[in-house]
Amino acid sequence: MAKTKIKDIIANPESRREYFLPGNSTCQGCGLDMAFRWAMKALGQNTVMISPASCSNVVTGLWPKSAPDWPYFNMAFAGAAAAATGMKHGLVTKGKGDYNVLVWAGDGGTTDIGIQGLSGAAERNEDIIYVCYDNEAYQNTGNQRSSSTPHGGVTTTTPYGKERYKKNLPMIVAAHNVPYVATASVGDPMDLYDKFMKAKKIKGFRYIHILAPCPPGWRYPAEETIQQAKMIVDTGVFPLFEIEDGNLTLNGKSKRLHDKNKRKPLGEYFNKKNQGRFKMVDEKILEELQMDTDRWWKWIDRFLVIQDYEEK
Amino acid sequence: MVKPKFMEGPLKGNFASAYAAMDADVDVITAYPITPQTTVVEKLSELVGEEEFTERQHVEYVRMESEHSVGAGLVGASYAGARTFTATAGQGLLYMTEMVHWMTGARLPPVVAIQTRGITGPGWNIWADYGDILSLRDSGIMIQFIASHQEIYDSILQGFNITEHPDVFLPLFPAYGGFVLSHTAKPVKRIPWEEAQKFVRPKTPEWPHVWVDGERPIMSNALIMPQNFYTEFRIKIHEAQMNAIPVIKDTMAEFEKTFGRGYGNGLVVPYKCDDAEVLLLGYGGNALQAEDAVDKAREQGYKAGALRLRTYRPFPKEDLLHYIKKIPYVAVMERALAFGSPTGGAVSTDIMAICQRDPKARNAHIVPFIGGLGGRDVFLDEQIDQIKILYELKEKGEVPDRKYKMWDTFWTGLITGDKKVEVENQEYFGDI
Amino acid sequence: MTEEKKNWELLRMNREKRPKVQNWTSYWDLPYGPVSLPVKGSAGRTGDWRTFRPVVDNEKCIKCYFCYMYCPEGTISVNDETGFVEIDYNYCKGCGVCATNCPKECIDMEKENK
Repeated sequence: MAKTKIKDIIANPESRREYFLPGNSTCQGCGLDMAFRWAMKALGQNTVMISPASCSNVVTGLWPKSAPDWPYFNMAFAGAAAAATGMKHGLVTKGKGDYNVLVWAGDGGTTDIGIQGLSGAAERNEDIIYVCYDNEAYQNTGNQRSSSTPHGGVTTTTPYGKERYKKNLPMIVAAHNVPYVATASVGDPMDLYDKFMKAKKIKGFRYIHILAPCPPGWRYPAEETIQQAKMIVDTGVFPLFEIEDGNLTLNGKSKRLHDKNKRKPLGEYFNKKNQGRFKMVDEKILEELQMDTDRWWKWIDRFLVIQDYEEK
Repeated sequence: MVKPKFMEGPLKGNFASAYAAMDADVDVITAYPITPQTTVVEKLSELVGEEEFTERQHVEYVRMESEHSVGAGLVGASYAGARTFTATAGQGLLYMTEMVHWMTGARLPPVVAIQTRGITGPGWNIWADYGDILSLRDSGIMIQFIASHQEIYDSILQGFNITEHPDVFLPLFPAYGGFVLSHTAKPVKRIPWEEAQKFVRPKTPEWPHVWVDGERPIMSNALIMPQNFYTEFRIKIHEAQMNAIPVIKDTMAEFEKTFGRGYGNGLVVPYKCDDAEVLLLGYGGNALQAEDAVDKAREQGYKAGALRLRTYRPFPKEDLLHYIKKIPYVAVMERALAFGSPTGGAVSTDIMAICQRDPKARNAHIVPFIGGLGGRDVFLDEQIDQIKILYELKEKGEVPDRKYKMWDTFWTGLITGDKKVEVENQEYFGDI
Repeated sequence: MTEEKKNWELLRMNREKRPKVQNWTSYWDLPYGPVSLPVKGSAGRTGDWRTFRPVVDNEKCIKCYFCYMYCPEGTISVNDETGFVEIDYNYCKGCGVCATNCPKECIDMEKENK
């Protein structure tokens, strides 16, 4: 698929429409805000979003005002994937089966409390899109550790740095053999847009994991959101890929980063000068982080090696 | 048209639930098994594929991965405007609790059949005990206690007329005893499709208060600040409960007029109350058995009546007071324990509260009985004994003592050491 | 239909006909549950949050639209006639993402004088 360019967006009045209305209560430089904006540009107004407790529940507005210009339903923390399931089946019986039904959950609502519902919906191959916007902690409640927080990351519940590693959720979902799994970063909005455009056309369970940096939680200046989102990809910590029917393709910058030597050194990213939350990262933790990053890439390698073998 | 496989005959209580849901023309069923509910979802999975139903209905049957998800699925489907049904019991209901509150908060109208079962704490228990449904007493759901197989079918069929009424929009949870009703078979009559459809509320494309439309986008259930009508929206739920009282009565009256059978006025079901001097008040299967106890007691010269509480939420204050004012000696028999409450029973506490607020009922004697927990049998003799206790009270002016009376509550069937208790398979334990 | 019902029946209308902002005054005219309607500025005039104001120098601008692409808030729009970008200062929060990502460095973050 040819990559959409920003000029194509400008040329098309439909994709120029802003669905996530400005003047909402997201923080300055919010990654979630960007993710909302670009996902909805791709999906259009006939989209129902189910959102469990998260930042997105709050930044979308206090009653009686709301920022999303599309049907949006708040949901209990653990119930999002199941509610989307019900919503899809309900809409089918009401003759609105063509609506995109989305779950829009944070990393806590996906990797922790919501994983049962997510796994259930994925196993049933429900016709929904599950989006996890990953800001690597419970940022809404003020930055507590989630299973998506990186090793060494300081949160209010891991003041000495997190001991364990980030949960590799895209691969867990891929193990459910669903039609589409993708990772995306707000550092590359066009790639994100394209992934939603593609996901929209696929039937069945689709999972998109968006890395959405959080200036107050990660402790970096608001204007650096894009740089942070780019750096996490450039270092190879968060590879961009999509898995369609079990076949993995690396996208964007990650294409070149399969070669370990082309990745930026981890020390540039996991650095207290870069992000305040990494103040506990020392040489030992950096080594462990390197090991963890390599582990993520080994998952990708497994796919690629098998695909190569099958081609031959 | 395909001839229905079943129209009339002996039917298990759970199968009656399943047929009723199909005849009420539900759109979405979310399902997850739990004893003693399992056969409801099993039967439904069968029915949704049977030709009788497939030729006229489109039902989405979703096999969920937990009760919490079943509840969330109902909420999602209900938001979309679909008519929704499920069933659960005991621990499953407890796990679903968060979503039950969501249903009432979002004012959604599903019907959820409950096969009541003992809550696990002392040990697993799967038998009849209303502790599970009563734990949701204050959640805003409408609770009905069902006493017979035919009533299961009829109540679920009536259910959507109540829940989807514009003045109500609250979920209804008809509850019946696990195993005693769910797994036993008694004669049940189905209502033919056309007649049922004339009775059941016509479907609408969307609810008046929540809808899914890209042209008319809304956000539902957003964060509300304390100063911003949260209080008022909560009171609205209470108002809906109050509104439901006449709706339940009207629905029952219409049902009785159309199909020739009914269950009191839908709220309470009186039995031989006209000339009664003492009253056995209860709910569920036990209350039906109380009617037998009344007959037996009358043979012995005790003029007793029975009153079955059919709808517990909304609480039928006026109807109960009507009988209590006439018959001021009331035994309230409950099959659930509300730990630490004034009487140990939720219903007796409520009844005492309504009596207190009515000058003419203030001097009524309300005697709480609790028994049959975790499926233990409540015997006819025990219920006749309740009548005798009421007569002793009536004659002597004070509540008599029994060995099984503690903290002013009678614990029917309490093991007091007077009789030898048989423990099953005792011989295998040997000497310890 | 009672007055109270009419009041909130308006919520069911489409974008053009429904009220821009809900204004309930008492318990009796409230709808069943809280329904929020989309509106710009759901958190107020977020432009007031700004410490620095992005100012575009159209002389240097090459119309790459990176600022449009990266603006988290969607407050940057494109003028179809000139092709230059315009910033909605009512809602721009002044995060500075546009200035950081401008390849020609033609967006200046100027201190707000209030």
